[in-house]
Amino acid sequence: MKLKPLSLVLATLAVLGLLWAPFLIVGAPREPTMGFVQKIFYFHVPCAWVCFLSAFVCAFGAIAYLFRDAEWGERLAASSAELTVVFGLCTLVTGPLWARKAWGHWWEWDVRLTLTLLLWMIFIAYLFARRYGGPGGKKLAAGLAIFGAANVPLIYLSVSIWRSIHPKTSVVPTLDPGMRPAFWVSFLTFTILYFVLLEARVALERARASLDALYLEAEDRGLFDGDPV
Amino acid sequence: MTPAVVADGVYQAYGRQPALRGVSLSLAAGQATALLGPNGAGKSTLLRILSTLERASRGTVQWSGREADAETRASIGLVAHESLCYADLSARENLTFFGTLYGVADPAARATQLLARVALDAAADRAARTYSRGMLQRLALARALVHSPRLLLLDEPLTGLDRQGTQLVIDLLVEEKARGTSLLVVSHELLAIAPLCDRVLVLARGRIVKDEPLTATSDLARIYDEAVA
Amino acid sequence: MSYASWVMRLVWKDIVVELRRKELVYASIFFAGVVLLVFAFSFLGGERPTLDVAAGVLWVTVALTGTLGIGRAFEREREGDTWRALLLSPLPRTALYVGKLVSLCLLMSLVVATAAFGVGLLFGAPLADHLGGIALLLVLGVVGFSAIASLFAASLGRSRSRDLLLPLIVYPLVVPVLIAGARGTAGLLTGEDPALPAFWMRFLFVFDLIFVTLGLWTFEPLAASEG
Repeated sequence: MKLKPLSLVLATLAVLGLLWAPFLIVGAPREPTMGFVQKIFYFHVPCAWVCFLSAFVCAFGAIAYLFRDAEWGERLAASSAELTVVFGLCTLVTGPLWARKAWGHWWEWDVRLTLTLLLWMIFIAYLFARRYGGPGGKKLAAGLAIFGAANVPLIYLSVSIWRSIHPKTSVVPTLDPGMRPAFWVSFLTFTILYFVLLEARVALERARASLDALYLEAEDRGLFDGDPV
Repeated sequence: MTPAVVADGVYQAYGRQPALRGVSLSLAAGQATALLGPNGAGKSTLLRILSTLERASRGTVQWSGREADAETRASIGLVAHESLCYADLSARENLTFFGTLYGVADPAARATQLLARVALDAAADRAARTYSRGMLQRLALARALVHSPRLLLLDEPLTGLDRQGTQLVIDLLVEEKARGTSLLVVSHELLAIAPLCDRVLVLARGRIVKDEPLTATSDLARIYDEAVA
Repeated sequence: MSYASWVMRLVWKDIVVELRRKELVYASIFFAGVVLLVFAFSFLGGERPTLDVAAGVLWVTVALTGTLGIGRAFEREREGDTWRALLLSPLPRTALYVGKLVSLCLLMSLVVATAAFGVGLLFGAPLADHLGGIALLLVLGVVGFSAIASLFAASLGRSRSRDLLLPLIVYPLVVPVLIAGARGTAGLLTGEDPALPAFWMRFLFVFDLIFVTLGLWTFEPLAASEG
């Protein structure tokens, strides 16, 4: 598979970022109350950001597919949905690890955690719908992505009002200036990594589509005659 | 006069399963065409595309020179595998309901007229679920005719009909043809439909392999056998 | 014919069919009763459940019976392939969506009213004291729920796993409805903060507005053609 120059540059940047970030993270000042566990923050927050970014990219692709009949939209949406699930899982695993130390229990019905969990479930449903939805499965999944993205502000609002009658826990500590480089490098690295993975995944879908097309053409020209498939 | 329907290079595949590989046809008003072919030849897919239920992945279809819009849908009648009628409503209620949806001027009168024509007037007010297969088939035909379509698509219209019922349906279709309706009939009852049809199309493996005028009734089976062999 | 009269025709047809069969109403109501009983048993023996719990039980019952009833309603349209017959007709596509939405809201309102009665009975919740407020919350909730569930039930088409997929798709999307409904109901019952129920009603109204609009917008590409 040939790589485009841009994806090559991005991939290199992502690798460099992944190599550099650990040093910055170790070097960043220790947070006084949470200590070492706070380091998860540099992983957790970028993951969450990419998870949401990916969800909206998916909805964008889904709109292009549903209303413009654009096959690229479907491929973009499907690839992005998978990445939403992957990064969502990373967020949901690192979140409780942090919460255990910060709040003393694994799970808290905090707005951001709840929203991430629901978004994650919606995109798992997307994958199910696309895989098992029968002939219209791709459209069904696209509709789900649009509804899911539209639902994000409503879930956020409803959960935050629901939780506001309970004691509040502060989630993100104000960022110490010494932590900033480590945080922003991680943040950028994850964002670039997302686009690298997305490009690779879309390329795979595209290859699969052209393989199907070639297969159909070969079949059409009688290449498989006498050998029914 | 513009043909009732013109298809050009209609191609449809489900994944790696091609159903139609470039079907082009033109059906004139007042013409009855037999669409024959072995199982899996793509007849049902073609009927779904010609009835606007499905859109071809490649190629174009035009109905009296129009795209698949509301007016087009109002000019098509379809008899499908299922009756397309509500089992809990009586024949009269079904016909009146669909007549209203199609904007028929006096749906009740039209229903009465059609019920008499398909010999269901005695059972007109019984729920359709109590009907025999043959009665249901006649009801399905009446439903497809309720709005006097210009294009009538029939998928196995003779299923479950006795000798008398078959004759009734054929007579009715001959009448429709004389009125200027274009008919496309999929059926395996070659002997029964032969007197009705002026033209034969044979579909095999997603392609039209034979397109001939039908001059003598006895030719139908011969044309089919030649085309498929 | 006007748009409204088309919708009325479709709704009237659904009502007539249901009056003949009575399957959806009876089965849904009975199912709601069974769900409530299961909840009642699981809380039995301890202290009387709080009003918060009663409000939650009511809305979970709404969600469970809702997917059952709506899935079944579309199953019925597949029996004689009548959904295809509707798609073949020259009606504006969205009229089909609005028609189904109205029918299903009517059906669910009936079921929800019974469920509310059951919650009052089994959980001792003083629903009758706040009848207007709770009825409004339920109606708003039912509209939002049906707007989403009927769109996806219609688009599930011929998928073989549609019974499994419908709740899987619908539940995560309707979480805001459940939160708003349950919190609004609890707010009314406990009377803690009089501003809260009003907020949740407005919230549900906005939710309904957004998702009915989205439903109308996406119905044609999602549910109006196959393959």
